[in-house]
Amino acid sequence: MISQSSLHFLTLRARAEDPRQKSLVQNVHALGISSVHAIKVSDLLFLRDVGTDQFSIIESIVAEPLLQTVSWNEAPQAGDVVETSLIAGVTDPVANEFLRIARKMGVRVNDALSGCRYEIEGDPTPAEIDLIVRKLLANPVIEHWAINEPVQPTFASDSAASVSTVGEYLLTHETTDAELQALGKERALALDIEELRVVRDHYANEGRPARDVELEMIAQTWSEHCSHKTFRARITTDDGSVVEPLIAQLRRTTDEIDAPFVVSSFVGNAGIVSYEDNITFAVKAETHNHPSAIEPFGGANTGVGGVIRDVIGASHQPIACTNILCFGPSDFPVNELPEGVFHPQQIRAGVVAGIADYGNKIGLPTIAGAVLYDNGYIANPLVYAGCIGIAHEPYVVEQPQPGDRVVVLGGRTGRDGLRGATFSSMTMDATTGDVAGASVQIGDPIVEKLLIDVLGRSRHLYRSITDCGAGGLSSAIGEMAEGVGARVELSGLPLKYPGLAPWEIWLSEAQERMVVAVADTAPLFAACEQYGVECIDIGEFTGDERLVVTYEGTTVVDIDTNFLHDGRPQRRLSAVMPRPDRTPMSAEAFISVFGTLDIAATTLRLLAHPNIASKESIIRRYDHEIGGATLVRPIIGANNDGHADGVVLADPLSSSGIAVGIGVNPWLGIIDAERMALAVVDEAMRNVVAVGADPRTVALLDNFSWGDPQRPTTLGELVAAVDGCCQAARAFSAPFVSGKDSLNNEYFGSDNQRHAVPPTLVITAMAHVPGVDAVVTPDLKQSGNVLILLGRTLCEFGGSHLAMLNAVTGGVVPSFDTKAPQRYQKLHEAILNGEIESCHDVSEGGIAVAIAEMAMAGRLGVEISVASSLINDWWYFSESCGRFILEVKHESAASIRERFGEDAQIIGRVVAEQVVSLGNGQSLTVEEMLTSWQGAS
Amino acid sequence: MSVRPTAAILVAPGTNRDRDVVLALDLAGADSVVVSITDLERNANVIDAAQMIVIAGGFSFADALGSGHVFALELEMLLGDRLQQAVSKGRPIIGICNGFQTLVRMGLLSNGAGPMALDHNERGLFDCRWVTLRPSSEKCVWTQGIHENIECPIAHGEGRFTADTEVVARLQSNDRVALRYVNGNPNGSTDNIAGICDESGLVLGLMPHPENHVVPRQHPKFLRGSHQGLCLDLFRNGVTHASA
Repeated sequence: MISQSSLHFLTLRARAEDPRQKSLVQNVHALGISSVHAIKVSDLLFLRDVGTDQFSIIESIVAEPLLQTVSWNEAPQAGDVVETSLIAGVTDPVANEFLRIARKMGVRVNDALSGCRYEIEGDPTPAEIDLIVRKLLANPVIEHWAINEPVQPTFASDSAASVSTVGEYLLTHETTDAELQALGKERALALDIEELRVVRDHYANEGRPARDVELEMIAQTWSEHCSHKTFRARITTDDGSVVEPLIAQLRRTTDEIDAPFVVSSFVGNAGIVSYEDNITFAVKAETHNHPSAIEPFGGANTGVGGVIRDVIGASHQPIACTNILCFGPSDFPVNELPEGVFHPQQIRAGVVAGIADYGNKIGLPTIAGAVLYDNGYIANPLVYAGCIGIAHEPYVVEQPQPGDRVVVLGGRTGRDGLRGATFSSMTMDATTGDVAGASVQIGDPIVEKLLIDVLGRSRHLYRSITDCGAGGLSSAIGEMAEGVGARVELSGLPLKYPGLAPWEIWLSEAQERMVVAVADTAPLFAACEQYGVECIDIGEFTGDERLVVTYEGTTVVDIDTNFLHDGRPQRRLSAVMPRPDRTPMSAEAFISVFGTLDIAATTLRLLAHPNIASKESIIRRYDHEIGGATLVRPIIGANNDGHADGVVLADPLSSSGIAVGIGVNPWLGIIDAERMALAVVDEAMRNVVAVGADPRTVALLDNFSWGDPQRPTTLGELVAAVDGCCQAARAFSAPFVSGKDSLNNEYFGSDNQRHAVPPTLVITAMAHVPGVDAVVTPDLKQSGNVLILLGRTLCEFGGSHLAMLNAVTGGVVPSFDTKAPQRYQKLHEAILNGEIESCHDVSEGGIAVAIAEMAMAGRLGVEISVASSLINDWWYFSESCGRFILEVKHESAASIRERFGEDAQIIGRVVAEQVVSLGNGQSLTVEEMLTSWQGAS
Repeated sequence: MSVRPTAAILVAPGTNRDRDVVLALDLAGADSVVVSITDLERNANVIDAAQMIVIAGGFSFADALGSGHVFALELEMLLGDRLQQAVSKGRPIIGICNGFQTLVRMGLLSNGAGPMALDHNERGLFDCRWVTLRPSSEKCVWTQGIHENIECPIAHGEGRFTADTEVVARLQSNDRVALRYVNGNPNGSTDNIAGICDESGLVLGLMPHPENHVVPRQHPKFLRGSHQGLCLDLFRNGVTHASA
């Protein structure tokens, strides 16, 4: 017999050095603490109500004897020891899996919880230990800890088992404005006073007070995150004109381009395009910025999970993931960090691990991306995650019909992620990490993989589908019930642990859940059983246009769906438009600003710049091979260490594919947001055209990460950027099919300083690759070939990396080249015709960096030879738009010149010796360039 | 009567390279049935009908409690000695990546050689890169007769083959080292071992993913015109043996 409360724990140690130890110590040293020379890591597993007679079978479940040792109830050795354990309710896959398999094997155990023990070797002070714990070992959002004493495990099953309130009334027609504001702040509703008044007046008309669940639901639905108030706002600019709502501008642009391949744009979860009969692609990109700031691993992890769910929610089978990451500089001094902010290195480590964990485990190739570094991202790292899906049947969108059942599929509901939509719509401060703890979730890619498997084979079994993202069931069912109405009962939903109040169940953002409208549930339930996916029928779509939610029969929500979706007052905002100086820079002015440049040394410095340097060490953390369809990989070239412009996905047996490319450049945006938008659309276009995509088939995604739109200058930059996006889309006839905005990326430090992100617009381009045999990569192929520059190079250095290296601010941002669309079309024809051996777009760092990258990737040299009248210092480093460098066979050079005319200029030739001769008497070896470029990665 | 043998591809929640193996086997001349844990719970006999058995790659049970470990425990409970019986009937079995980890945990590959395991990569991180492999066993039905090196990607965090010197010596002297990394050891595996077979030669376990190089254009150097080391022969060998 065992006593009812017998608690035991085991310590699991690696026999060899645990792989976590080395990076931990490096990170401790990066914090400026040199008194620690080693940290031993071991895993803890707390077990409740287990008898000692079960120990040996448990050991066989948890340990591989060749690699690990197990000890029971082992007190920590002398020295500094930190123990952590997960907070009750945080997803704990190790404990869950242990309980499942142990019970199956007949082990008697009631509960399990995992933790970690860190034995610190060295002579750190208590203050240093405290810093190490807070910065590296434990995150208060998901873990608690103890220093030099055993950590006390808390089990989810102990958390308050009594349901707190069913339908508490919070707001009546007598609530004053001051009380409204206090209530909004207390419950983190993120609604302004005008919106709160509309809610109060609505309930006055209903003749009853507003219940807590209703108020929380309205706050979620009306959040910036869900309703895009700024993109729908009435905006007046400082010259008195009223601009068309931003979302309307983007939609109208897409409508007017009227591209034949667009199946669905700006509707539902993702944009849908089709290039061939019976095949459609869904494409979507999202941000998960705030969650990644306070819990980098979980934030990025669920960011990937969320965007994959968007694609599943568009009834497409996910096939690949992308990501764009913006961090503070890795060498930023620890003591200058704002309070409550993790060091950029730690954020990067967590974010990359979170992305790798989700993508690798769910089994999708992570194929394209970018990593940017800037001081502006120290407190607000940005994490953009994208997903592409495919479907082999006609794309049909149907609304739920009265009588359809409301079915929830997938993971269980917990307290995780509460108020995520309102949280992501607020500015963070030093305490955000503590109060917003519940907003963070840890994903479960295995459950989502099962959802992909079951739903991929069940399209005929449901009528419509929506994923549970921000706002959880409240958003998903609220959206589906629009114009129809639904009645649901919450008490039957499978929960992760007892004790959730109705509003928590209704708003939980627990991941990996989908809501479907189903006429006949039996076949779908059978499919779910086959795949081991939990599902439950919680109610029906009614047809009375009211959304009624009950808990054990008591009504907790009864709301008019029209008010919920259309009742929000339109925001009125003011914008002060940016008026950047666009006077072109003269050659003389260039010299007076930058001096005379050492071309070779500057090229090496640019190659070592974190934004330009090799990202191989990150790319290899992601599986980019699974599926066998990654034809042009993110890593390419003679030694598989160069970087591709765009990537190409093509089913191994198909003759066509799709290309994906990214454009992003916040440094241009700081100076000139409109030109930045034009430039980054151009960059995304170049990246797909360069690998062989047809420029007439490009679909675009816009993802804006911006500061507080209530600040007129910040909003002015947003208005200018949207204008630039629309101009660029029209110029290229490349429609936007989906987009997302993440605003309020700001941080008030305890220093009272505002920390906002630079205006960061990420453009994702997806396009058709008609012939997989004709795809091209940037690595040089053969000595004797000729190098050709396409496009014009101007003296435009605002926001350039040359300016950054020299700490030069301001200047004129590169202008859009109106000849670019025609040029890209001709280039595509030349590629299809087999005339191009390699092709690289010219972007950050200019021609010098582009040539260096081609030479390094191909392990070949280049002799630059350009007439001295045409070449000068700025020619090497200008970041003018619209340019490519082509490698062509000697005999093709004439036909290329003929095809492009003045637009094409021979600038050199490929040589076998691995040296780039710069044409000014200087040269660089491939080896020294590699040392600079790879050294910083 | 069809001459194409049928392969049972065993999958758990988290297995994710099953589709890639289905393509490889199809091109090599075999049909596939994907068999889940649920299927086995309902009727474990389904695998007896298959002429070959594959444990595909992925992260079965999220790698919780050690890679392949829970899958191995589940298979032991569900299959009893069915896999050993399949071997005694001469049916080829292959475990790739997580499947290799699972076979090792089940003891199907250590028999007669001694303890072995797949530890965290030497660098401690998940790593995705192409590797070159030298087939080195004539006993292994999957590699016999392949004399050229093959090339394919690895995508794993726990692929470091670990065993002591005597175990490796026994594997070597019994011709059970099926594949070795050449031109670089990506994970610190003992003696550059990438894959081993059992005493019968029928069961192969390997960390790299030959199923991702069954069409020439899947090779990263295809676009440079210098691709080589297609892995289709490995699967053809298995299929030929299953048909015999």
